[in-house]
This record gives sequence, structure tokens and C-alpha cells, in this order.
Amino acid sequence: MSAPSTGGASRDGYGAALLNLADDPRVVVIEADLGKSTKSCLFRELYPERTISLGIAEQNMVLVAAGLASCGKVPFASTFAIFTERAFEQVRNGLARPGLVAHICGSHGGIHTGTDGSSAQSIEDLALYRTIPGMTVMHPSDDLSATKLTEELLNHPNPSYTRTARNKTPRIYDVDTVKSIQIGKGSVLKEGDDVAIIAIGVMVHKALEAAENLRSDGINATVVDMHTIKPLDTKLLDELANSVSGIVTVEDHSVIGGLGSAVSEYLSENNPTKIRKIGVDDRFGESGDSEELLSLVGLTVESIETAARTML
Amino acid sequence: MKRTEVSVQSLENMAKNCRRSIVDMIHKAGAGHPGGSLSAIDLIVALYGTQLNVDSNNPDSSQRDRFIMSKGHASPAVYAILKEHNFLNQSDLDGFRSLGSVCQGHVDMKWTNGVDFSAGSLGMGLSFGIGTAFAAKMDSLDFQTWVMLGDGETQEGQIWEAFMAASYHNLDNLHVIIDRNRIQNDDFVNVQMEIGDVANKVEAFGWSVREIDGHDMEAIVEALQWSMDTPGPSAIVAHTVKGKGVSFMEDNPSFHGKAPNDAELTMAMEELV
Repeated sequence: MSAPSTGGASRDGYGAALLNLADDPRVVVIEADLGKSTKSCLFRELYPERTISLGIAEQNMVLVAAGLASCGKVPFASTFAIFTERAFEQVRNGLARPGLVAHICGSHGGIHTGTDGSSAQSIEDLALYRTIPGMTVMHPSDDLSATKLTEELLNHPNPSYTRTARNKTPRIYDVDTVKSIQIGKGSVLKEGDDVAIIAIGVMVHKALEAAENLRSDGINATVVDMHTIKPLDTKLLDELANSVSGIVTVEDHSVIGGLGSAVSEYLSENNPTKIRKIGVDDRFGESGDSEELLSLVGLTVESIETAARTML
Repeated sequence: MKRTEVSVQSLENMAKNCRRSIVDMIHKAGAGHPGGSLSAIDLIVALYGTQLNVDSNNPDSSQRDRFIMSKGHASPAVYAILKEHNFLNQSDLDGFRSLGSVCQGHVDMKWTNGVDFSAGSLGMGLSFGIGTAFAAKMDSLDFQTWVMLGDGETQEGQIWEAFMAASYHNLDNLHVIIDRNRIQNDDFVNVQMEIGDVANKVEAFGWSVREIDGHDMEAIVEALQWSMDTPGPSAIVAHTVKGKGVSFMEDNPSFHGKAPNDAELTMAMEELV
């Protein structure tokens, strides 16, 4: 059984943020049929006059968002992460290239999505959007941080892509600690001098669990929720590289092009550091329970611990 | 609502000037798309002359009409009309396609005053126009959105996503002009992928459609007004000749995306007097 689909998944946090943003008349919500899944349906129920349903047509959706943005609106468009990829070139050429600001949310990201199988499990979205000049790319770790980061987009100067998760994971933040979260600034959740574990999305709570286990062996790990993959918090990366013996990156995403790549690209040129990347190896997923799938591809607390130990 | 009254003769004269600008700037750049610029220019001249509410002194006005040139490779046609309406000057046109020029290879809103859309990748403009048309309605503004599509461009699936969405949402402030010049990059449209009776297809998607001769200025002016007066989204299928006005470019697929050489420029200019 997958975890419950409502209450506490980061997609719920996205839906809550749209409601919180509704007082601003510039906010427009755009859907390509999957509003009940991405949770934009919450906005639609209360603000139908500012919600545009476009049917199962993602390419059209992205350019409608661009057109709205060109007239001063702040569009929030969502579908499954995997289906945003169908409109990648639209995001590149129609939205980001002219410097228009609209915000794309891809829900159901990662292999964690579960039983729908590999066709729904986007493991390359973060890599794709990271290549687009000027694009902000985020992947929050729980519902509260998804709300905060989405709210921050209201006056954000760049177009953005935010991946949310389908399934509930343990909360990382509470209503107070979440207030300090900012786009582009990694959140240090735990401090330790031996090794740093930088994680995103549904893997953050596993990173925290791994750090707890390491501590009982006398190994002190820093744990970072790097919810913003672009722009990357390079200041924090430098601080980590200067203080620990190695860095482990953890993501429910391909090891090609995602968080681990972004961290490696920066540090290899600027502050060479031992890095181990934990993610989905160059493969597709399959149907199964979220936890079964994470285990299948090696995204486990144990693998994080093992990688961390190799850094000492 | 009736917009500006302009004589057909003055529009035809402006179209001739624009044709000369088009051929000249493509020759200077040594690259560009003359065929689709020359097929579209009569339509564009009539639109700017009689309907489009734009002002070079206030190019970013939120109330301006939008012209979305989805077939963005026909950028010389847009630059030519923008010069006639004082958004650009001759030196801007002379820089077409050169480094740093406001006249980019394909029309780009980021670079050019008076350009409302960044094109170059076909199939996206009508969707963008839906966005601007929606914004007008949400803000209770009465500006109109005009989108020009190429006929080859309608091979893109996104165009039909957009046709479907616009009629579903009854965007009566959205107008389409299809430049039916029957030629695309590689060859004639009916060789590459015949689109058939495109008017009928658009109508089947819930639009009002009228077919005209896209080089009959009087018919164009009348059809543009028809589009304004028609409830719901409306489309004009304009039957045109690729390369219109330059005999050796007319109906010639090789001048879709090729610059005239020096001798060809001379011949073209002799015809465009």
C-alpha cells in the first residue's frame, strides 16, 4: 500500500499555498486536467474565475501561462512532473527565453510516486529544467516547506519549476522552523563535523534518520535540505566543503543531472571535495509501493549510512 | 466596432514599401525567409493599418492590441511594418540578424519594441494568444489579440490544442489569420503533410471561419472587420502566394528560407516599383 495521498504530501502544501496567495489578483491557476492530483483544485473551488482548465494539453498550458505572464499575471500551472516534460521545449522557448515569469509545478515526481509505474515516475525533471537559463528549480521535502516556497514565488523574478511528491512523508519542519526557509538558501537541519548529507524531497527524512544512526556510532553528520537546486546555495556548499571530510547527496532522481550533479559541478571546480551521489542509477522504475521502490533502487537509510562511512 | 479608415490604395502602397524592405533586409543579412514574409505582408499591412491599436510612443501600454506572429521566421514582414509604424528605423532593419541587433532572426519580444511574442519554434503562438485574451477578460480590458499562423505550422499538434481551448472558453477577443501559402521549409505542404481543408477543420473546432484571397487588399480589410464583428473566436484563412510580388520567388519552395543574391536583389527591386 502506498502512503495516504492526502494530508502532508508536498503537493498538499502546494495547494495550500495557492489559497494563501489568492488575495493577489494577479494570481491565476492553470490546469491540464490533473488539478485534483496536483491540488490546484483547492484554488479552483474558491476562485473559478481565475482558474483556467485546458484539458490534457500540457504544451498549450505552458504557452497560455506565458501569454498571461506577458500581461502582468502571475500564473501557476501544474500537472504531473512527467507530463511537464512533454512541454519542455515550450518552457524553454515560450516561457523562459523571453524572460516571462510563470511557475510550473510538477507533482508526483520521482520513483516514490509508486504503483502507477515507470511511465509516471519522473526521474529526470530536475535535470531538464536546471539546464534552462534563468530558471529556478525546487523540490521541497514536506508540505509546510512546499507551502512556504510556493508562497515565495509570488514576487520571484524568474520562471520556476517546483517538483512535489504524491505521497506523504514525515514532516521536516514545523510552523515556526519553516518560516526561515528561503528560495536559494539550503536549510541546515542538523550540524556535524565529520560528513555532510545533502538531500532533497522525500529523501530528506531518510537523511535525518541516517544521521541519527551514524551518531550512535560516533559519526557526526550535517544534514541539509537543499530544496532549491537552482540557484544552488554555493556559499553553503563552500562552508560544508571546508568543514567536513566528504559530502553525500541523496535524491529520488536520476544521478545524471540532478542534485548530485549540481553539487559536483560546483565543488569539483571551486572546492574539490569527496562526493558520493545516491540517486536512481541510469534506469527506469516499475510498479510497486513507494518504500519497495526506493529499496529496489538503493534509496535507503542504509545506503546513505554506508556512503557516509566511506567519507571518513 | 469599426477601427481606422484607410484607403486601399494607401495600404497597397505601404505593402509595396514593405516588400522592398523585406527583400532588402534579407539580402543585406545574407539569410532569412523571404517567401513567407512576402505572402503574409498584405495581411499584416491591412491589420496594422485598419485594426491594430498600437502606438510606437507607448509600446508597452497594457491596453494595446496584441499581434502574435506565430510563424516567427517571417520576421522581416514584422520588422517592415514596424518601421512603417515608427517602432523601428532603417538602421534597425539594416542590422537584421547581426550580433546585437534589435531585429533578431525570429521575432522576439525581448529584443524588439512592438513585438508581443518570442517565436521561432512553430506551433506556440495561438496558445500564447489565448493567454493574452484571457488576461484581457480578467482585467476587463477590451484589447484584441490577433494571431498569425502559417499553414505548415498547423501540422503542429499544439495548434489544435489551442483551437479547441479557445472555442471552449469562447474567447471572442481572439482572432486568427492563417497564411495559406501552401509551401513549408522542405517543399509544398501537400508533399510534406497535406493539411487539406484547413478552414473546415478550424470550423469543426468551434470557430467562425472565412476564406479570402490574401492579396486582395479590399477583401482583407473587409475580412478583418468581419472578424471583429463576429461573436466567438474567428479565423481568416487567407489564400496566398509564397514569395508574392517577386516573380522568381513566387510559388518557389527554394525561397522559403534563402536570401537573394546581388543579381536577384536587382531583379526583385525592379519588379517592386
